[in-house]
Amino acid sequence: MQPDFKIVLIGGSAGSLSRVLRLLPHLTKKLNITVVLIFHRKEDEDSVLHDVLADKSGFAVKEVEDKDPIQRHHIYIAPADYHLLLEKDLTFSLDMSEKINFSRPSIDVTFESAADAFGKSVAGLLLSGANADGVTGLQLIQRRGGKIIVQDPRSAEVPYMPQQAIDKLTIDLMLTEFNTEEFLALITQ
Amino acid sequence: MSADLHLTDEQIEVILSDLIEHYGYDFTNYSAASLKRRIQRLLTLDKVVSFAEFRHRIQHDAEYFKRFVEQITVNVTEMFRDAHFYRTLREEVIPELATRPLIRIWHAGCSTGEEVYSMAILLQEANLLQKSLLYATDINPAVLEKVRLGMFPMSQMKQYSENYIHSGGRHDFSKYYIAQYDTAKFDESFKSRIILATHNLVSDNSFNEFQLILCRNVMIYFDKALQDRALELFDNSLEKLGFLALGSKETLKFSSVSARYKQLENKEKIWRKMS
Ligand SMILES: C[S@@+](CC[C@H](N)C(=O)[O-])C[C@H]1O[C@@H](n2cnc3c(N)ncnc32)[C@H](O)[C@@H]1O
Repeated sequence: MQPDFKIVLIGGSAGSLSRVLRLLPHLTKKLNITVVLIFHRKEDEDSVLHDVLADKSGFAVKEVEDKDPIQRHHIYIAPADYHLLLEKDLTFSLDMSEKINFSRPSIDVTFESAADAFGKSVAGLLLSGANADGVTGLQLIQRRGGKIIVQDPRSAEVPYMPQQAIDKLTIDLMLTEFNTEEFLALITQ
Repeated sequence: MSADLHLTDEQIEVILSDLIEHYGYDFTNYSAASLKRRIQRLLTLDKVVSFAEFRHRIQHDAEYFKRFVEQITVNVTEMFRDAHFYRTLREEVIPELATRPLIRIWHAGCSTGEEVYSMAILLQEANLLQKSLLYATDINPAVLEKVRLGMFPMSQMKQYSENYIHSGGRHDFSKYYIAQYDTAKFDESFKSRIILATHNLVSDNSFNEFQLILCRNVMIYFDKALQDRALELFDNSLEKLGFLALGSKETLKFSSVSARYKQLENKEKIWRKMS
């Protein structure tokens, strides 16, 4: 089943919350998208994260539970300590298997499953972070016809993760503080 | 990585129907994305070079089929994972069970048993262990052997001890095991209350009546239809006013049995069978 909206996956770890918070006010219901956030973090930060995001955007914010349907105009958060996968029948499933890149949730796992299930309906954005999680995932998104974007490493609190992507891949856009419109156009294209 | 073999969805379907035909194991209603990931991981681990080779091995090598089951299922588990969940068992569920002459508990998909031993500790601390039986079942016989041994890595004990304290435990956690080099061997008195059996939630039936059933982080690997099958099996195996406990990101809400169940007030993933 192909969704009749775009699925925008955002992966980040250390220092990426502030960048997401600056992006949120731009997410309005005029955009035909839904957003999935994969953040490396500790479990006890979950409710805080939920509340902070809910304050800032017009989309419904939901920490994913197993087999939740994937619907338009949501911000889905991958729960701490599970991998999050997207299923072809437009539901989420969770997985407790081993950490990948020292992370659970792993950005690669979610990016790859989304690319595999939904191909060009997917866009991936990789933000600030201290390890290489997300780079292989971006690569598969691109191979399956989706757009890939990384945060400008110069504006990232921890530039390693986006820099890795730039070094290894040909990205579609580098998200700076000044090209939000271009970013929105690309992910809805 | 890119040189690795990648199976198409159709090839995976072929493997799954081989498994039914040759071994009677049906994985077709597992969550497709994670099943695919697990199979892909096995191909990489075993350096499989062609679909034909993989298929042939699965069809003709029963040992390899065993390996397949062991590698495809996810056995990750912890003692006292989600301390607040165990606190609720301790404070709200176990007191309700205390008046029964015999307490029967089923851990479905128990993996290597960390959850079972955690429960045994709770029962011990409530002075109920001697009249309790813990049925520990799993599809994978290899993990049940670990439950039987009751030995867990010493390196985990610091974490487990913290989890235990957060769950409301008041003792020194180390009194429950003996340290032997890098393993912690749990007390023999627990083992005598644990009954082990292989049981497949896809195809096996109800085998007893319980006051408490735990099936945590197992049905996340099932699609909706198979989840409903398993939940009906639990429903048929649970006494009236018995408790059903699921993993922290699972729900009974949209299932076929939900009308008969009431979630605990504190919103832990524990439901009581009302009728
Ligand atoms: C992630 S572990 C969960 C362990 C424990 N309940 C916990 O939450 O920590 C999942 C377990 O489910 C078992 N399992 C998978 N499919 C099953 C089936 N069809 N029937 C019974 N057990 C199954 C696996 O073998 C594995 O041990």
